[in-house]
Amino acid sequence: MDPVEEKISRYIADNILFSKHGYPHPLDASFLENGIIDSMNVLELVMFVEENYGFKVADEDIVPDNFDSVTLLAQFIRRKQALKV
Amino acid sequence: MCGIVGVANLREPKPIPEELLSDMLGAIRHRGPDGFGIYRHDWIGLGNARLSIIDLSSGDQPIGNEDDSLWVVFNGEIFNYLELRPELERLGHRFHTHSDTEVILHMYEELGPGCLNRFNGQFAIALWDERQRSLFLARDRVGVRPVFYTLAGDQLVFASEVKAILQHPAVRGEIDRQALTETFTFWSPQPPHSIFKNIFELPPGHYLLLKNGQIQIRPYWQPAFVPDEPGRSSESYLEELESLLIDSTQIRLRADVPVGAYLSGGLDSSLTTALIRSYNSNRLDTFSISFTDPRFDESAFQGQMAEELGTDHHEVHCDYRDIAQAFPDVVWHTETPILRTAPTPMYLLSRLVRQHNFKVVLTGEGADEFMAGYDIFKEMKIRRFWAENPDSKLRSRLLFRLYPDIQRMGASGAFLVGFFKRGLLDTTSPFYSHQIRWTNTARTWRFLADDAANKLEPDLALPEGFSNWPVLSQAQYLEVVTFLSPYLLSSQGDRMGMGHSVEGRYPFLDYRVMEFGGRLPPDLKMPVLTEKWLLKRLGQKYLPERIWQRVKRPYRAPIHRSFFDPQPLDYVTELLSEDALRATGYFEPSAVVKLAQKAAGGGELSEVEDMALVGILSTQLVDHWFVRGASRQHRSVLPETRLVVDRTGILQ
Repeated sequence: MDPVEEKISRYIADNILFSKHGYPHPLDASFLENGIIDSMNVLELVMFVEENYGFKVADEDIVPDNFDSVTLLAQFIRRKQALKV
Repeated sequence: MCGIVGVANLREPKPIPEELLSDMLGAIRHRGPDGFGIYRHDWIGLGNARLSIIDLSSGDQPIGNEDDSLWVVFNGEIFNYLELRPELERLGHRFHTHSDTEVILHMYEELGPGCLNRFNGQFAIALWDERQRSLFLARDRVGVRPVFYTLAGDQLVFASEVKAILQHPAVRGEIDRQALTETFTFWSPQPPHSIFKNIFELPPGHYLLLKNGQIQIRPYWQPAFVPDEPGRSSESYLEELESLLIDSTQIRLRADVPVGAYLSGGLDSSLTTALIRSYNSNRLDTFSISFTDPRFDESAFQGQMAEELGTDHHEVHCDYRDIAQAFPDVVWHTETPILRTAPTPMYLLSRLVRQHNFKVVLTGEGADEFMAGYDIFKEMKIRRFWAENPDSKLRSRLLFRLYPDIQRMGASGAFLVGFFKRGLLDTTSPFYSHQIRWTNTARTWRFLADDAANKLEPDLALPEGFSNWPVLSQAQYLEVVTFLSPYLLSSQGDRMGMGHSVEGRYPFLDYRVMEFGGRLPPDLKMPVLTEKWLLKRLGQKYLPERIWQRVKRPYRAPIHRSFFDPQPLDYVTELLSEDALRATGYFEPSAVVKLAQKAAGGGELSEVEDMALVGILSTQLVDHWFVRGASRQHRSVLPETRLVVDRTGILQ
């Protein structure tokens, strides 16, 4: 697994799902459709991204296209990091 | 107001030991500390712990009829007893007391179980017919007052609270996993389940008949939301509502002790208080809760209202630490897990009432359900409006009005909209209005060790014609039967008041007001997204504009900060420890430990995490008090303080 996907899924498993079996969903599973996160958790994920990947997330970027699955979030992070470089 | 207990033999006569009845009464002495009564017969034992409010001198229970063939113990009030009594006297019934209790006996003689349709009140009744050897056990229409029962061998054991039933040597407390999952979905077990295996709640609006060892449970009333045919003017409805509320408030002032009022600062309790004020010139004491945390505090509005109405106002101030300290006692009284801390300030409030020597308060519960005040009704209407055109980018934006914090969700609010899109098109489901709430709460299942009994819909026998009711009516019905009766009136109502021997009375839960709310056309309750439209019109007449025009704010209390800020109290640390969680076995220890660490870290928790935290802690406390026998020491009712009617050995 790509380290970005791994880090995101581990964070969600440990801090949002409180799971002891790691991340129990496919990486492309929709957070919304599967009830994986709630509204407060979205903001928690924004903080997680900012703390770990060194860029600010703009309000207009907090949309399901970027934040609705581990895969989508990892893609978003990689896009933003590419822009930074 | 009182508490009742009883043990009935199903197969053969065998007098119930007086000591057992005394122990059962001792467990609920907080409900009625003013006097204790016991009735003994070969087939049954009954007990009553009395909080004397009406007929202080001669209202002691049990009370028998003219020829001692019928005996009753009773918890609650029949508010229209003054109207019923002359009617019964005309029919030849002789009264020995001035109490409402005696009216029950004579009305039962006339109508049998049909007597319930004549009572306007809040009650639990246990009535024994010596001749028929039958027990009649009944509960008021919407379940203001509780009754639980279980079968223990060849005996039916019942009481106002489970803790009295647990005094029976053949009954033990064991948490029912299915009821636990129901709690972590609907906020409470759904009647007839209690949180304890094989101990049941008599559902609201039902009665139980025991005869010849056979038990039958039957409904006599249920909320109906079938609107009138169009044709009446809103003015005519407004007049009817006003006269009903004046009367429902007035008859709830009937007492031989002073009556106070709760004042939350919102429309409902302000209106009932204003109605008391308008028709009575006596001194009026009002009681409120204020919070240190400004997100929960309403004291400015409460103060305004108290000043406006010239009441003697009292306030209990509530800090995080107050909630954590009182919480174990609160769960002792709820005797079921809760997903909110909101009952705790109500418990502190009833203590304040009692400290001022009041036993009775009027309060505003019921208006949000029957007059349509809750956001969940608006949410349902917005989602249905959106479902008409699911691709519309505009329709869902009405959700922004309900959730003003939406800006925190990013500029577009896209995520919040995403949450409410789940099941959007499932509009024919009878549970459409509540699916988001239940699904969201069920996210707490991730902490349960066993959610095998998971179900996202309640087992409800929906009323005939339900699918043809207006959608607002369907939502109101679900709110009443799944939330108001089993949670609000119980864990946040009866138990928190009775914990300090305080009786709450609810003018909006007068059956005439409830039935009026059911008949009222939806467009007079919630036109588009304006809540309690007709009630606000009435508020206009009695209240200052800043009160009746206020945007409704749900009553809530802080959760994780109460338990973790700055440090958790010892019992919190202990009950959420891996060892304690492993010992009880209801939850996944590793998940709960992580949740506790997150809460201790000082950050914000999500709503679901908050619910899980208080749900887990309260379940651990229920286990501590009622399963592990760590039951609080309570005193049995001493022989010199109890009135005993011994009818054992009397053959009928």
